[in-house]
Amino acid sequence: MDHKKTTLDLFNNVDLATELTLGLPGTDNQPEIIKSSLSGNKRTSSEMGSSTCTDENESRFSPPTKEQVVGWPPVRSYRKNILQVKKTESEMGSGMYVKVSMDGAPYLRKLDLKMYQSYEELMKGLQVMFKCIIGLYFEREGYNGSQHVPTYEDKDGDWMLVGDVPWEMFISSCKRLRIMKSCEARGLGDC
Amino acid sequence: MTYSFPEEVLEHVFSFLTSQNDRNAASLVCRTWYEMERWCRKRIFVGNCYAVNPRVLIRRFPEVKAVELKGKPHFADFNLVPEGWGGFVYPWIVEFARVYPWLEEIRLKRMVVTDECLEIVSKAFRNFKVLILSSCEGFSTDGLAAVAANCRNLRVLDLRECEVEELSGHWLSHFPDSFTSLESLNIACLSLEVSFSALERLVSRSPNLKTLRLNRTVPLEKISKLLQRAPQLADFGTGAYSAEIRPDVYSSLQEAFSGCKKLKSLSGFWDVVPAYLPAVFSVCSQLTYLNLSYATTQSPDLIKVISQCHNLQRLVVLDYIEDMGLDTVAVTCKDLRELVVFPSDPFVADANVLLTEEGLVSVSQGCSKLQSVLYFCRQMSNSALISISKNRPNLTCFRLCILEPRAPDYLTFEPLDVGFGSIVENCKELTRLSMSGLLTDRVFEYIGKHAKKLDMLSVAFAGDSDLGLHHVLSGCESLRKLEIRDCPFGDKALLANASKLLTMRSLWMSSCFVSFGACKLLGQKMPGLNVEVIDERENLNLLPENAPVEKVYIYRTVSGQRLDMPDFVRIMGKDKNGVYNLSLCDKGL
Repeated sequence: MDHKKTTLDLFNNVDLATELTLGLPGTDNQPEIIKSSLSGNKRTSSEMGSSTCTDENESRFSPPTKEQVVGWPPVRSYRKNILQVKKTESEMGSGMYVKVSMDGAPYLRKLDLKMYQSYEELMKGLQVMFKCIIGLYFEREGYNGSQHVPTYEDKDGDWMLVGDVPWEMFISSCKRLRIMKSCEARGLGDC
Repeated sequence: MTYSFPEEVLEHVFSFLTSQNDRNAASLVCRTWYEMERWCRKRIFVGNCYAVNPRVLIRRFPEVKAVELKGKPHFADFNLVPEGWGGFVYPWIVEFARVYPWLEEIRLKRMVVTDECLEIVSKAFRNFKVLILSSCEGFSTDGLAAVAANCRNLRVLDLRECEVEELSGHWLSHFPDSFTSLESLNIACLSLEVSFSALERLVSRSPNLKTLRLNRTVPLEKISKLLQRAPQLADFGTGAYSAEIRPDVYSSLQEAFSGCKKLKSLSGFWDVVPAYLPAVFSVCSQLTYLNLSYATTQSPDLIKVISQCHNLQRLVVLDYIEDMGLDTVAVTCKDLRELVVFPSDPFVADANVLLTEEGLVSVSQGCSKLQSVLYFCRQMSNSALISISKNRPNLTCFRLCILEPRAPDYLTFEPLDVGFGSIVENCKELTRLSMSGLLTDRVFEYIGKHAKKLDMLSVAFAGDSDLGLHHVLSGCESLRKLEIRDCPFGDKALLANASKLLTMRSLWMSSCFVSFGACKLLGQKMPGLNVEVIDERENLNLLPENAPVEKVYIYRTVSGQRLDMPDFVRIMGKDKNGVYNLSLCDKGL
């Protein structure tokens, strides 16, 4: 305890008026020391615009958003870039965007097949996008129980029924999607 | 009674002193020992290139074979040191070329190295063997071509995390066919493709090759060829670890890896395709070092690899490993000494992965030899820090980065003072500490009181007042490097502890409250220090005395003023000649 007191005394007793003064003798140029505005502080950094800062300090110490703080977090720039590249690449989808048309709809949509992991998810996505009901897929009969049938154009230019081939094969060969009316899909004349 | 050993005996005894500190101590014993020692010192380490100038060095040590120099301060890694600040190695290289024709090894860290420097190195030193450039910049592949073409006896070319101006990948082809001495090649930081056939031929004619770290452009399919040519490799870094999934590629890769019986270090793994990871399983149990920090793949895939690495001593990984993966580390890697976890998405506030303080606590419990930690995470608690400190009192290096500045204990919302206090109190051998989160002056009080072996301290967004800085400067007896950013520390503590700065290598303070006037005063009063004000604002001379400077970098030096400063760097309080310091130089110190 005594040691601690001595250290503090030493610190407090530093006589800045004699040897180590700031500025010219006779002037009183002690900089403000920002005290407990920052201590015991439960505020997040975004709230830290301490009003006790001098004007000069304000612009530096008004906390920027995380992205703007130079050199924080302390990660080397080549390390930041690599992950950014990875993110961009996955965002670009490297060619997984396909046009989707629906019979009777006035304009086409675009859809990123990489956003889906399975036919189920794709169907859900299509149904949400076009506000239609696509129905269930049966291996023998195709789509039952709805007015709409999803088809796609494959690499060879043929129009295929969505669901026949494994998912991985589908997304690597699908060039565009078309949601047909089910009566047309079956080649029936009356709808 | 006086006695003295014959010179040959002294020289022989000194040859057993390898640490520079020991040699420095020996040279202080008496004039004879000083003279004897300086003639036979072969290896030189200069921790701050501006602490001493080349002339002083070569005057004292005439027979040097290996030099290691460090330039910019550590915070330069995070873009806090403006471009052009300094750390130019050219003047050193010129002196070495003049005086040390038998120089064999050059190791540089955070220095500016030009192509001209590399050309001089390649031609001036007949027996040049080792070039290690760590976080350096300023050179291009032309400089590398000169090294490749001219260094007949080169053993090590190691470019660690350098910024290279890449004009072409052709430089590698400049190694002549007669060149067979290569032991270590690290080109991982380069982004341009090098000629694979040149690389393959180089590897084939290098029987002593132990380390090969490729860059991202070397495709996975070609790795097996290289490994087959160099089954003696101890340290291998892959290129991009991705390819179409093909059984033939997989099996030759797997076979090639299993042929590497001496492989202990593995790294690379950019763009990893998880299906190819099992190809390394055969070497996992041999590994002592594994760097998966570019492997952007999920925890289960990482766990499959790590769970086989029973002898791992150093692990570097992304936070994709998650707490679950770290539990595996804790159970499997009983010999672990060092753990590094980098953030995969550092700028996103919300956690993208399930990595918390729990993972670190788990490893601290399970890995009894753990000494060194660098951990990025989004939440921390005092109780976790206390647990870690009690589990691992043998920690020597503890660097924790909580991504959000000033983040409190997420459970109690209190500052993390007590947690870090526990670290310094229990880990008595701690030599390096980096802190983050919400911290008051309290934590500095603990550090000043307990961290007696602390050599390096990094602080950001912490403290309340000058008292914090004072605790550290007055209490940490072993402190040599202190770097501070965005803390409310000003003049008082700095000036009160001015003499402490002479016992340290350097002090960095940026975005703090150190005034222009205080810097001037310190520079005037302390001729043994360079007080560099680094400030990019215009009209710095018009700055009022009490205005805070952007950055100040203070280091002890016998070299005086440096002559290569850009206009945004001012050395305070010295006249242009630095007369006082030059006279010290003439005394041969």
